[in-house]
Amino acid sequence: MLQLLQIELYKIFKRPRTFIAFGVITAIILLVQVALKFGGEEYVGLVMSGLSGTFDAPPVQVLNGYFVCFIILNLLLIHIPILVALIAGDMISGEANMGTLRLLAAKPVSRTRLLLVKFIAASVYTILLLIWVAVLSLVLSILVFGTNELFVARGLEVNILSSADVLWRYIAAFAFAAIGLITVASLAFMFSTFADNSIGPIVACVCVIIVFTILTQLQIPFYDETIKPWLFTTHMLGWKGFFYVKGEEGVTVNGSIENLAGIFKSGLLLLAYSLLFLAIAVWYFKKKNILS
Amino acid sequence: MAVIIRARGITKTFGKEITAVDGLSFTVEAGQVYGFLGQNGAGKSTTIRMLLTLVRPSSGDIEIFGMNLARHRKEILQKTGAIIERPDLYKYLTALENLQIFAKMSGVKLSEKELMDQLAMIGLAERAHSKVRTYSQGMKQRLGIAIALVHNPELIVLDEPTNGLDPQGIADVRKLILHLSNDLKKTLLVSSHLLGEMEMIADSMLIIDNGKKVVEGRTCDLLNPDKIQVEILTDDKQRTLDLISTTKWLGNLLSSSNGSILLEMQRSNIPDLNRFLVEHGVNIFSLRPKHSLEDFFLSITKA
Repeated sequence: MLQLLQIELYKIFKRPRTFIAFGVITAIILLVQVALKFGGEEYVGLVMSGLSGTFDAPPVQVLNGYFVCFIILNLLLIHIPILVALIAGDMISGEANMGTLRLLAAKPVSRTRLLLVKFIAASVYTILLLIWVAVLSLVLSILVFGTNELFVARGLEVNILSSADVLWRYIAAFAFAAIGLITVASLAFMFSTFADNSIGPIVACVCVIIVFTILTQLQIPFYDETIKPWLFTTHMLGWKGFFYVKGEEGVTVNGSIENLAGIFKSGLLLLAYSLLFLAIAVWYFKKKNILS
Repeated sequence: MAVIIRARGITKTFGKEITAVDGLSFTVEAGQVYGFLGQNGAGKSTTIRMLLTLVRPSSGDIEIFGMNLARHRKEILQKTGAIIERPDLYKYLTALENLQIFAKMSGVKLSEKELMDQLAMIGLAERAHSKVRTYSQGMKQRLGIAIALVHNPELIVLDEPTNGLDPQGIADVRKLILHLSNDLKKTLLVSSHLLGEMEMIADSMLIIDNGKKVVEGRTCDLLNPDKIQVEILTDDKQRTLDLISTTKWLGNLLSSSNGSILLEMQRSNIPDLNRFLVEHGVNIFSLRPKHSLEDFFLSITKA
């Protein structure tokens, strides 16, 4: 199993297209960091102007590595799934398209094992991509902007998290984001088993993400209780929950999480979706006639 | 002779309307080069895919090495190597990397030197470190054959192994197949549309049409029936015709066009005809039985 995984990872990381996602993420994060380095205080001023009356802190105090990372994650965690779909959606269909799937499937490895190894490889790629995001958005931002209290805006309110209470929340948020992105990877992977060309599964997965994300963000009460609770995109936003803390008389409580049960529920639902997508992929692939 | 492949009544339908393979039964014996012939769409590739578990039969039963294919897939595929149609490989990897991957997938660990030896055998050692995307179709085909052989399989299934090869390449593959069969005692199932090539290498053959078996047997038996067509080319066609008209073979005359004369006759009578013409001073340039595999194939598949 380990040797098969090595082979799959070797194939993934020998393909130039694999590094497109890493390049895109690097470019976006660096662009945001450069912009905030040179015009960050003005930006913070603009953001905080909407909170005037309830909030009073100098922009120089707000603008720090933790804050920059929070902005980047808000921007990126919607779009990283598309980059994940590029690789996961190509895992089986890409092999079919190249004509190598028939060679692989004629080897003495069971189809279930082949599929599971490929899914694990896609998950490893997803996690490495996320680690790269973490390194650039958190570690680099801390190095460039330093650390201070994290100001998290919630509507018209602001949670102020002390500097010592932030890092573990980011680690937890990235771990949660990994679960969400693996759900996306499993969806793209499932589509990948259905098709013999690379484009179809990637486009299908991206379309699902776009439609679900739009539904998630629609502020229509009818959808809030009927559809949204069942969309995996709704639960992918659960990482933000680690930054929503309990407060007493306007003072946040260190180490607290406002809705830990909700985060657990979202995480479990995402895992359940991943397993469902993977189970469908295995069921379909086991009986698939390989004609490509 | 031990039986390596035994297919019994295998059928494959796609949907309700397409029957790609229809109740096909055949037997491949150990050490044979078994030719698998049929027109495009006859069901050859589907049959080969069923043998390699890429396609599941709708009905019927396949035994390879005496084991049921569905129940002993892993054991059977460990001893089987294959190329299926054109060998599309990982174009962004080198030949050596491709070979390495498929060796590991087959469950064998080979050193780089052993892999290079395999590449040398098919004449790709010098390009071992080149990306496959820079290869010609012929080179890819040869690399595909190396991949099929990398784990030293007992049964080798080659689907159109000469596709895209130039005449020298075709001759090299023919030599390789004969080497694998004669010297290494491998069993080969080879499908090809190059009938002349198959005639030279196949010990036995199966011809299918519309998914059904048309004929199966030893090549020498299939191509040497009692009555065959003979084409004669001499220095004086008219005199040859006059001489033939005085003999019992006049009734066997089929045509005399394009400078040659075509007769249908018993095989055993060919030496007599030859002797008769020579004794009457006719210089024979060629006397050729026309019953080639191509003629046979076309006659029985009604192409």
